[in-house]
Amino acid sequence: MTSSRLSTGGRIDRSTVLKMTFDGRSIVGHPGDTLASALLANDENVIARSFKYHRARGIYTAGVEEPNALVQLRYGARTEPNTPATTVMAYEGLEAFGQNAWPNVRLDVGVVNQLLSPFMSAGFYYKTFVGPFKGTGFWMLCEKIIRQAAGMGRGVTLDDPDTYEKVNAFCDVLVIGSGPAGLSAALAAGRAGAKVILVEQDSTLGGSLLSAPVGGDGDAWLDKMKAELTAMDNVQILTRSTVFGAYEQNVYGVIERVWDHVLAPPAHQPRQRYWQIRTKQAVMATGAIERNMVFGGNDKPGVMLASAARTYVNRFAVLPGRRVVVATNNDSAYAAALDLANAGSSVTLVDARTQVPEKLLDSLKASGVKVLLGHGVLTAKGRGGVSAATVTTISPDGRATGTARHIPCDLLAVSGGWSPVVHLWSQRGNKPVFNSAKACFVPVNSAIETMKCAGASMAADGSVVAVAQGFSAGATAAIDVKAKNSSGDAPIAPKVSHGDDWGRDLLSINTITDDNGKTRGKAFIDLQHDIKQSDIDLAYREGYVSVEHLKRYTTTGMATDQGKLSNFNALSQMAMLQGVPISDVGTTVFRPPYTPIALGAIVGREHGTHFRPTRLTPLHDWHVNNGAIVSEAGAWMRPQYYPERGEGLREAYIREASHVRKHVGMIDVSTLGKIAVQGPDSAEFLNRVYVNGWKMLPVGRLRYGVMLREDGIVMDDGATARLGEHDYFMSTTTANAAKVLALGEHLLQTAWKDLKVHLTTITDQWAVIAVAGPKSRDLLGAVSSGADLSRDALPNNHFVHGEIAGVTVRIHRMSYSGELAYEVYIPSGFGHHVWDALISAGVPYNLCPYGTEAMGALRIEKGHVAGPELDGRTTMKDLGLEGLASGKKPFVGSVLRNRPVLIHQSRPCLVGLEIEGDQGAQAGSLLYLDTGPTEGHGEGWVSSATYSPALGKNIALSLLQNGPERLGETIRVVNFVGGTRQRAKVVSPHFFDPSGVRQND
Amino acid sequence: MLRIKCPICGLRDETEFTYGADAIVRRPDMDETNPQDWLNYVFYRDDPKGPHKEYWHHVQGCRQWLVLERNTLSHEIGACRLAREVPK
Repeated sequence: MTSSRLSTGGRIDRSTVLKMTFDGRSIVGHPGDTLASALLANDENVIARSFKYHRARGIYTAGVEEPNALVQLRYGARTEPNTPATTVMAYEGLEAFGQNAWPNVRLDVGVVNQLLSPFMSAGFYYKTFVGPFKGTGFWMLCEKIIRQAAGMGRGVTLDDPDTYEKVNAFCDVLVIGSGPAGLSAALAAGRAGAKVILVEQDSTLGGSLLSAPVGGDGDAWLDKMKAELTAMDNVQILTRSTVFGAYEQNVYGVIERVWDHVLAPPAHQPRQRYWQIRTKQAVMATGAIERNMVFGGNDKPGVMLASAARTYVNRFAVLPGRRVVVATNNDSAYAAALDLANAGSSVTLVDARTQVPEKLLDSLKASGVKVLLGHGVLTAKGRGGVSAATVTTISPDGRATGTARHIPCDLLAVSGGWSPVVHLWSQRGNKPVFNSAKACFVPVNSAIETMKCAGASMAADGSVVAVAQGFSAGATAAIDVKAKNSSGDAPIAPKVSHGDDWGRDLLSINTITDDNGKTRGKAFIDLQHDIKQSDIDLAYREGYVSVEHLKRYTTTGMATDQGKLSNFNALSQMAMLQGVPISDVGTTVFRPPYTPIALGAIVGREHGTHFRPTRLTPLHDWHVNNGAIVSEAGAWMRPQYYPERGEGLREAYIREASHVRKHVGMIDVSTLGKIAVQGPDSAEFLNRVYVNGWKMLPVGRLRYGVMLREDGIVMDDGATARLGEHDYFMSTTTANAAKVLALGEHLLQTAWKDLKVHLTTITDQWAVIAVAGPKSRDLLGAVSSGADLSRDALPNNHFVHGEIAGVTVRIHRMSYSGELAYEVYIPSGFGHHVWDALISAGVPYNLCPYGTEAMGALRIEKGHVAGPELDGRTTMKDLGLEGLASGKKPFVGSVLRNRPVLIHQSRPCLVGLEIEGDQGAQAGSLLYLDTGPTEGHGEGWVSSATYSPALGKNIALSLLQNGPERLGETIRVVNFVGGTRQRAKVVSPHFFDPSGVRQND
Repeated sequence: MLRIKCPICGLRDETEFTYGADAIVRRPDMDETNPQDWLNYVFYRDDPKGPHKEYWHHVQGCRQWLVLERNTLSHEIGACRLAREVPK
């Protein structure tokens, strides 16, 4: 193959020269080029090595269907593997590299893989799982070698330096594709006043018109259409944008390549933009993709689609070969032959048909193109690239009937017909039907009320029909959305000589074989995945006849091009083998994305800290400014500990917890879930969602309660205060706030509609400070006014209103730490102010803030359950909370909690452990008999562990089979993750002050 | 992506809602003590192919529970009503 740039013609700007490199070699191009056209213009013909066999591959197409010319684009953090050179716009400084080759694509030692090809046939991977090598080291070795040898480009683990953004857009009519049909549709809908978005994946509008010779009737038509469309305020045009997905309710996903056509995006500009377009109607005018033909060596550099060859000549002014053989089974390749001949190539056209319209032959007469009717190409000869085509007369089923002869050539342009791009229509759950007259699968236009297909995607015959279909589809779409005004007259379609890129009068021969029915040499169906025709045959022989099985067994159509070029040939080969029409074989299902998209574009800005909201309490700034180490608790950031003088976590929490038991400490517990339960039936509601009784709770009191799930498992716990006759203040755990609210709303709105109750989340409206320790009453008494905190006036589970530093607060007396303790509820905006007041007033009492780690140590010492115990598997009985459940009333989960499996005697139940030795236990460790095998899942597990400053021991809460009956027993604590084994004594979970003297002080 | 027409808020993206549960099942009365009735409510579900009714929660909007008719085969969305206005 010797390709070169023509001195005239093309839609390129020769006044600007773009310097680029491929594999380190300089290439030059012009604005308007793709990387592929620039490579051809610089006579670069071997672009890549194939997936399995490392065969040399060149440029096969001029579009997104490219299976061969995949390159590693850019380097470093911006590198992008497996990028089709045909879709990359040329830019100054572009650097691309060949992939899957060593040392490079021109000279690749991996080519020895071809010798292994008998072992890499269809299903070879699955076959290695069974038989003599199953589960052996040999298989592992093979897998390693195969994975090394087979492959594509390399991804990187570096952070993506570019930014992406997301746009939500709405329109009346979305037009996909800007060829003759798409432009006509946009025009009709635009004239009718509909809000139109026209999306084109190419860098410029025009579709197939861009492949026609410059200066023709099509160009004038295109200019006129563009002028009218751009003048309309209600029409938005997106180029370099791909509609990759069609979703329910007329939602479409679009990636706009905003700044991919330059070395790097300008500052503060996104590389790509992800559009979510919600439309009322869509017109799919996505065109058609030419198919290749199957014959020996049909993958070699120098073999190219006829339409691609024509595009390179006319659009990019690149002559892809000087001596050309065009092989076809339909009319469309005649245009390619003519344009190549007019550009200076000597062309032989080999047509599988024995009869073609006189008009076609006439069109070639003046150009000197030789035409061989009833002929086919049996094999492409040549090492590294095509040097000759072996041509023979063929029978109507594609078998050689005469003596083969070589026609020297450096370009073999093939056309096996056309496949409409039905992907987006099919993504909506539809299967296209086979049109035997045109030998292709087409959409059914009535299947989706809100999506109309037009032009080549409907197998329209030429641009006159395409324009009419497009205009009608656009006008209908606009009527459906009740747009006003008339659409005027349809544009008169351009006269495009031979430019109707459509395969008329197609003879259904896709494969050319020897007279014995076998292809001569390796004949590829799926070029990107190296699937040969013989692989399809093998799959058939082994019983994989359904298209879905065929696809997975051979992996045909599963490469990054998703079989855009190859699917039809695979299906027609399977139909031939089965002896059924291709319509009976059917197609596989198309799914988004139509072409590969950057994940970064879907992620947009929602990564890092923007992945989800970060919730901060009203006191967060104080914690950070005072040296707290904060940790994540769900979406919340909470102070874990406040280190002093270089303390680590362990020293700090031990100090803080000891301090609370000795003096007084305070902790920010604003993250507690808070729900206002209001209405005359509130008590009844609480009575149903909590296991314990609420009807008798007087105003001014609060009560601890437990909630179950509908299936009887413990869901959450917390205290609820009765603020007024019909006004309750519920608190939940930090983690379950949303879940409890949603369940309550569900029950009230679906099952308990008769209850007059309203739930409101007020988590963010209240800051909460827990003040705990023997001096807590003295401190609060000193800092507050208007509240009698004395033992008799405010016993446990009572609350009172008071004032601190001018702010009205509510003080609940309740204890989580086991000390005399209070919770102070403050309107959020004053939380910081009251905290500051407490800090100042706390100096004489030796007040110290403490974090969640110390809070955890204190609650474990008291045997209180928390998240690690409420793990979605435990019952009230498991947790020793059985006594709370009321026997007098039904509640959520009250029946199913008594399922046999939930009341079984041997269930693990809550106990305490005293760990022997200096090392603490790890939560998640398993428990085994002291003497006995370490087998299975053991007899229980450690749920929470800490060092207990009060006891001077390492302790833990755990769930152990028959636990309460085993107090005093020694068991083994095994942590398989950390590899530690310890012994521990089973004790009551109430380690510290079991009778509660301190909290009731 | 589905778009759901909330009776309170209008046509909104699916991302504002959470799927709740099968809306065909009926919660037993509070005083029901037969475990089988509760098992049916909590665990047993039909898996219809075609039209179905589902609870969706407009959790990022009005927080109303909705009964949505959805075709499990085509994702076609039918009527959407407030759960509290749908008779038991």
